[in-house]
Amino acid sequence: MIHSLFLVNASGDIFLEKHWKSVVSRSVCDYFFEAQERATEPENVPPVIPTPHHYLISVLRHRIYFVAVIQSEVPPLFVIEFLHRVVDTFQDYFGVCTEAAIKDNVVVVYELLEEMLDNGFPLATESNILKELIKPPTILRTMVNTITGSTNVGEQLPTGQLSVVPWRRTGVKYTNNEAYFDVVEEIDAIIDKSGSTITAEIQGVIDACVKLTGMPDLTLSFMNPRLLDDVSFHPCVRFKRWEAERILSFIPPDGNFRLLSYHVSSQNLVAIPVYVKHNITFREGSSQGRFDLTLGPKQTMGKAVESVLVSSQLPRGVLNANLNPSQGTYTFDPVTKLLSWDVGKINPQKLPSLKGTMSLQAGASKPDENPTINIQFKIQQMAISGLKVNRLDMYGEKYKPFKGIKYMTKAGNLCQFRLH
Amino acid sequence: MSASSAFNDEKGGSSSVGEPEYGHDPASGGIFSSDYKRHDDLKEMLDSNKDSLKLEAMKRIVAMIARGKNASDLFPAVVKNVACKNIEVKKLVYVYLVRYAEEQQDLALLSISTFQRGLKDPNQLIRASALRVLSSIRVTIIVPIMMLAIKEAASDMSPYVRKTAAHAIPKLYSLDPEQKDQLIEVIEKLLADKTTLVAGSVVMAFEEVCPERIDLIHKNYRKLCNLLIDVEEWGQVVIINMLTRYARTQFLNPNINESLLEEGGGGEKTFYGSDEDEDEDEEEKEKKAEVAAMAKRKPYVMDPDHRLLLRNTKPLLQSRNAAVVMAVAQLYFHLAPKAEVGVIAKALVRLLRSHSEVQYVVLQNVATMTIKRRGMFEPYLKSFYIRSTDPTQIKVLKLEVLTNLANETNISTILREFQTYIKSMDKDFVAATIQAIGRCATNIGEVRDTCLNGLVQLLSNRDELVVAESVVVIKKLLQMQPEKHSDIIKHMAKLTDNIQVPMARASILWLIGEYCEHVPKIAPDVLRKMAKSFTNEEDIVKLQIINLAAKLYLTNSKQTKLLTQYVLNLAKYDQNYDIRDRARFIRQLIVPTEKSGALSKYAKKLFLALKPAPVLESPFKDRDHFQLGSLSHLLNAKAGGYQELPDWPEAAPDPSVRNVEVKESVPEWTKCSSREKRKEKKVEKPFYSDSEGESGPTESADSESDSASGSESGSGSEESGSGSESEESEEGSESEEEEEEEEEKDKKKKKKELKKPVPETESEQSSEEEDRKIKRKSKQRKSDSESESDEDEESESESSQSESEDSESEIEVKKKKKTAEMKPPSKPVKKETKKEKKEMSLLDLDDFEPAPSPQVTPVNTFLSNSLVTDLEGLSLSDSVLSPATIAPSSVLKNYELLHRITGEGLSVEYCFSRQPFSPDANMVAVQMQFTNSATSDTKNLHMEDVKLQSGMRVKEFPEIELLSAGETAMAVMGIDFCDSTQAANFQLCTHTRKFFVSIQPPVGELMRPIFLTENEFKKEQGQLMGMNEITEKLTLDAKCRNEHAIVQRVTTAANLSRVPCGSDKECRFAGRTVTSSSLVLVTVATKEEGAAQLTVNCEKMVIGTMLVKDILLALTQ
Repeated sequence: MIHSLFLVNASGDIFLEKHWKSVVSRSVCDYFFEAQERATEPENVPPVIPTPHHYLISVLRHRIYFVAVIQSEVPPLFVIEFLHRVVDTFQDYFGVCTEAAIKDNVVVVYELLEEMLDNGFPLATESNILKELIKPPTILRTMVNTITGSTNVGEQLPTGQLSVVPWRRTGVKYTNNEAYFDVVEEIDAIIDKSGSTITAEIQGVIDACVKLTGMPDLTLSFMNPRLLDDVSFHPCVRFKRWEAERILSFIPPDGNFRLLSYHVSSQNLVAIPVYVKHNITFREGSSQGRFDLTLGPKQTMGKAVESVLVSSQLPRGVLNANLNPSQGTYTFDPVTKLLSWDVGKINPQKLPSLKGTMSLQAGASKPDENPTINIQFKIQQMAISGLKVNRLDMYGEKYKPFKGIKYMTKAGNLCQFRLH
Repeated sequence: MSASSAFNDEKGGSSSVGEPEYGHDPASGGIFSSDYKRHDDLKEMLDSNKDSLKLEAMKRIVAMIARGKNASDLFPAVVKNVACKNIEVKKLVYVYLVRYAEEQQDLALLSISTFQRGLKDPNQLIRASALRVLSSIRVTIIVPIMMLAIKEAASDMSPYVRKTAAHAIPKLYSLDPEQKDQLIEVIEKLLADKTTLVAGSVVMAFEEVCPERIDLIHKNYRKLCNLLIDVEEWGQVVIINMLTRYARTQFLNPNINESLLEEGGGGEKTFYGSDEDEDEDEEEKEKKAEVAAMAKRKPYVMDPDHRLLLRNTKPLLQSRNAAVVMAVAQLYFHLAPKAEVGVIAKALVRLLRSHSEVQYVVLQNVATMTIKRRGMFEPYLKSFYIRSTDPTQIKVLKLEVLTNLANETNISTILREFQTYIKSMDKDFVAATIQAIGRCATNIGEVRDTCLNGLVQLLSNRDELVVAESVVVIKKLLQMQPEKHSDIIKHMAKLTDNIQVPMARASILWLIGEYCEHVPKIAPDVLRKMAKSFTNEEDIVKLQIINLAAKLYLTNSKQTKLLTQYVLNLAKYDQNYDIRDRARFIRQLIVPTEKSGALSKYAKKLFLALKPAPVLESPFKDRDHFQLGSLSHLLNAKAGGYQELPDWPEAAPDPSVRNVEVKESVPEWTKCSSREKRKEKKVEKPFYSDSEGESGPTESADSESDSASGSESGSGSEESGSGSESEESEEGSESEEEEEEEEEKDKKKKKKELKKPVPETESEQSSEEEDRKIKRKSKQRKSDSESESDEDEESESESSQSESEDSESEIEVKKKKKTAEMKPPSKPVKKETKKEKKEMSLLDLDDFEPAPSPQVTPVNTFLSNSLVTDLEGLSLSDSVLSPATIAPSSVLKNYELLHRITGEGLSVEYCFSRQPFSPDANMVAVQMQFTNSATSDTKNLHMEDVKLQSGMRVKEFPEIELLSAGETAMAVMGIDFCDSTQAANFQLCTHTRKFFVSIQPPVGELMRPIFLTENEFKKEQGQLMGMNEITEKLTLDAKCRNEHAIVQRVTTAANLSRVPCGSDKECRFAGRTVTSSSLVLVTVATKEEGAAQLTVNCEKMVIGTMLVKDILLALTQ
């Protein structure tokens, strides 16, 4: 299946290669570089590139291209999904997945890749199993290892690989038994210039951090499970129980994991917690344009809208912007024409605004593109869909765990206001 | 800390320069040291006896490999460390080895023995890793070794090792395709494996080695369907894709009838010209189908196996793995009835939230699906709206989907959306949007005018690309119905005053020229204007002006003759030679002169030919002949190794091929009379509907917990739900189990009472007892780990399953009832329940074998084995105690070693005494009888010069000092035959002579009897399936049709002991080979009229085959 893997950085250097079958010359990447050159933006490189003898399937994460070399028919999503899993694993191990981190830990990276694939077919992708095989590097361990010459490779054999619950290690022990669940919802919306919603969806995830001794069996129930329109589970969740009772029943993996992602259907009316008042005009014949933007909170149930970040791609004709924010700071990049305004917290009494003028190319006619505004924000202690966890129970173990549930609402990557 | 950071710094620093790092050994440092020298340093480190130095060296070598630097010259130094004790060093050496073995084949061979040793390790993980590395070394010489290792690992006890064996199969295949046939055998064997761990990997191997051997899947189809949900996610993808192909060959098209209905509903479809031919095709097909349907006069009924597949894959739409979701989606798209395909839409839309690469692939597939099944995605229209942050390739694909989804009702929203896209800053995207609008306009007649007007407005856009694209699209639209749109052409003619973009001007001129008869008044005027500005125009415009002039000259020469002349004259002296050429060419064509050739006659035809309207259709049309989700589909070209998705068969192939005769080898089945069996075969449907409902839990890897948790109420309802199920309900609930065990015991006792009294030793009883305890313990552990909640879940699902099957099973129930009535009354119900109970216990045992925590099993066998050996220690008393179970020793056969004549009076006979040879338990005792029929005494009888095959040993008999004439003497010698039938050659010496003699054992003598209980027997037999099992049908000799005779003959042929058995239709025997203590299990199941079936299970396949022959001979003669 997956023949080889090349890691390519932003400047087009191959800085790591790994072959699971016979060696494929790195010159195969030339086809990739060609495609990279053709693409105007880094993310426009096609994920699948056919070459005379191979197929290149790549993903772009953290400004690194992970280019897998395939020789014959394989579902492309299979490879893509696997590559993302590799990136997730690196992130899990090294905290970040950057070129420097990979180069510094090249041996661990190699050991990981070796365990994850056998002859190009995924073998162990469960992070719990991998961590038993190869311990993640920590500063302390690296130090100890250099002094004592001991290793990152686990001494004991990974029994998890053999068990029916491959996602959980055996013999887990904690002094403080705790289980935390974060319900995080993201709003994806497109709002037109008049302020009415064109489309709005809520995507939610429940991320868990479970540190419980032994083999606990948890059930999590919701007050209003019917809200969830579409769900996808971690493999530990018992599907039939959910189908029948809408209760999440599972033996959790040890540590951090994503229990559930869900979708609240767009049919329900989604209240966007932020509104935008804007007035951006370019006058014909003048080299000046006016820019006026005001933000305000809406239906937040008294919760503060925080970490607000506004960004907008201004038309190409704009040379510079001379703006005055009522709070926060703004930057404008005259090359990329990207305006970003770090607002911070919205104070409902004194709405933040950004006003000023834009200077346009002299003589050019009025730009006919209108910018869109993308907004990022966070609201703590609230799930915008109204989803509420009812209770969390544990079976199978005697002790009383500490349980915690946190809610948060965020703007998704795609929350945008159209200004035309 | 400082040390580590220094090291890291150095690493980072050196890598940025692009130089390999040198470590912190100052001796080797220095930028100028040559490669050669640096490697010397690494070699030194590898040769040292400090693990830390070795590790350091290996890390640096691996870093070199990672960066693509050549490190092959270090091979000899590295390969030495393959047996290093340090795990990390070892692993890194493996990494190195796998990378370079191909280049240094000879040296790589040095490491092979290490792995061969690893293959025999008691730890399953070490065995697996040895096989993994061994099979990854791409050295052709070791192909036979790999083959052997794979075969052995394929019957390993540990499922993990078997999984590794499955992984190794494609490796070997790519190394040496000649091995295909043998590998297929292994695949076949592994396909029969019942654990989830193996399933994904073996299907992967199947797909790579022999995807065409679809027949191998039949027997495993249901099992795969049922296991699917528990298989790891990557395996799920492979299995689902394979099953899609399988289903296409085995089941009927579920939409065969619906296509008729579709025609009525698809009225809008016929509207598009492009679809017409397709429709015709479809109509034809439908007619055929109709005829077929009429002939059949029977509605389509889905094969229950087809339904099983759809039902078992559906939950996987909820998987977090996009590849799994896509696999299920394509399965539904290709296999499900139209009404059910809709379920996949939601899941696919969910994937659009994932990474952009995932979106890219999903959108491609959605685009294909929307062409065939538009309704499916219509509710999710808004999810395909484009955001300014999407990469261009995603935007274009979303546009494609939106265009495909457009219909009369939603077109206005879509067009409004498109309008905002046109203002985007991404020009490629704007161009694509304009194209999309054009396609919507062609597809939906109602909005054509709106679209046209919108596009015409775009002509005033300042962006050249937008205008050009609009003009091109307008041109296409107008070409479809030019007569209706003379006003648009007029409007465009007016635009020539304003529009400066040359491409657009050229397009307009072409349009006017093409349709000049629709605008007869305007056209000459346009030409006049153009003639005036000719010299200032761009080249493409000039060319079009010439074209326009030519066309007008041909249609309206009166008005335009002079203008044309003028234009052509201007063009004649143009700077551009293309234009000069064109002018000259056209002048020759249209202006008739004396010299003008034959072509001028055809000038009208040449210029005013009807140009075909361009077809605006989706590039995704007809892509669904590739299996969706595949690479080939994405590229719209067949990728290497792509397996075509076959068309539905006209008539369904025999569904009975998928019937699995549940554990044929397990003798319980053969117990039921042949009549019963025949009946079962006749009533197929109920048979598999049952297995469908129930085989799921029994066969899945964690079946134990399942079977344990199936609550009583669940199984109760099952039985009441359909009478059929009670017949062979295989589920045992935990609570029932104990009862059942007791009952079983009772039964046993009864039987024992009935039959001749079998003396029970206490130890036997206790061993059974012990076994059970262990079993129960392990079960408890299981159920502990599994939540209570599981029970509800299971019962829930089960009841729902039976519900869903109600409709299907109703008929079957009736049938069953009939057959039940037909059953001879002489068969009491009691017997049935007994059988059922038996099966339960049987399944329990079977479940027990692939138990998820395999540590339990060995403990168990070990325990019972030790008990057996304990028993054996008392073997003398044993045979006295239970004469019925141990072979009668009266049947010993004598063989001649030395004939009286060749021995000059001395004759020697020997027999295998079947007594344990006390000096060495691994030897077979050979009892010799010396007879001196000569007239003189023989002295110093002893043996000498023993010639043996390697591994064999002989314990000589003590020298017989004197054998007087006419006397006989006995002696016992021991021979370790190493479980082979090789002869032991030696010389028999007397004081005067030497005789060359040899002893060759019949295979039946290479074993010693052991005592097994029935349960142990069955369990062991369950572990010796597949290649370790040999089955032969035979007709019993007329004289040996009773149990006694059979026992007699078998025990004569082989040194085995009888296993007590509850049935008189079966005789079971057990033994172990003398040298290696491999189990030998023999079952003779008798049927009516002397038919019988002989089954031999033995780890040593050679012994098994030979033994079968011998016993066969013994029973048939």
